[in-house]
Amino acid sequence: MAEVIINLAAVLAGIAFLLVLWRFIKGPSPVDRIIAFDGLTIVSITGILFAALAEGRGIYLDVALVYALLSFLGVIVVARFLERGF
Amino acid sequence: MAAALDIIGALLLLGGTTFLLLAGLGLVRMPDAYNRIQAGTKATTLGTLLSLAGVAFLHPDWILKLLLIGVFLLFTNPLSSQVLARAAHRSGAEKSPKTRVDRLTEDLGERP
Repeated sequence: MAEVIINLAAVLAGIAFLLVLWRFIKGPSPVDRIIAFDGLTIVSITGILFAALAEGRGIYLDVALVYALLSFLGVIVVARFLERGF
Repeated sequence: MAAALDIIGALLLLGGTTFLLLAGLGLVRMPDAYNRIQAGTKATTLGTLLSLAGVAFLHPDWILKLLLIGVFLLFTNPLSSQVLARAAHRSGAEKSPKTRVDRLTEDLGERP
């Protein structure tokens, strides 16, 4: 029962990733793309959670933490770059 | 007892990914960059936190790392949302025609 619900949740997360990826590819302006990139990294953290659940290994959560840190820094850097102009 | 905890954790995971799905839908459907920031950062924060809570119910021995990730996300997500909104405004992202209020332009306009 619980496994079925977890699989359904993983499918929903995959659909969410595809929707945000569509905005990342289509996004008319660079700001739209960086917003979609921020969304992609946050959805990916949930993806890493599902990987940790599937493998049953808690060490993957450390990967998720470092990934959150690096993606946050990346978003800040690109946003500052957009502010200063091209 | 353990089975009940598993069910609760799985339902929390399902709720969290539902919010992620709604955030993705908002990113696709919203008309301009500012509305997309609203959908793309608020809803994903709630969705990720619910997913973290669900995994904490499924694996209680991981709770410390999950708490660390949750607190970190609570600190960084509003910050990146604010920086993105400021970058959008300064780089002149176009507003939806239905925009009625733009306080930042009014404030900048009053400055000499």
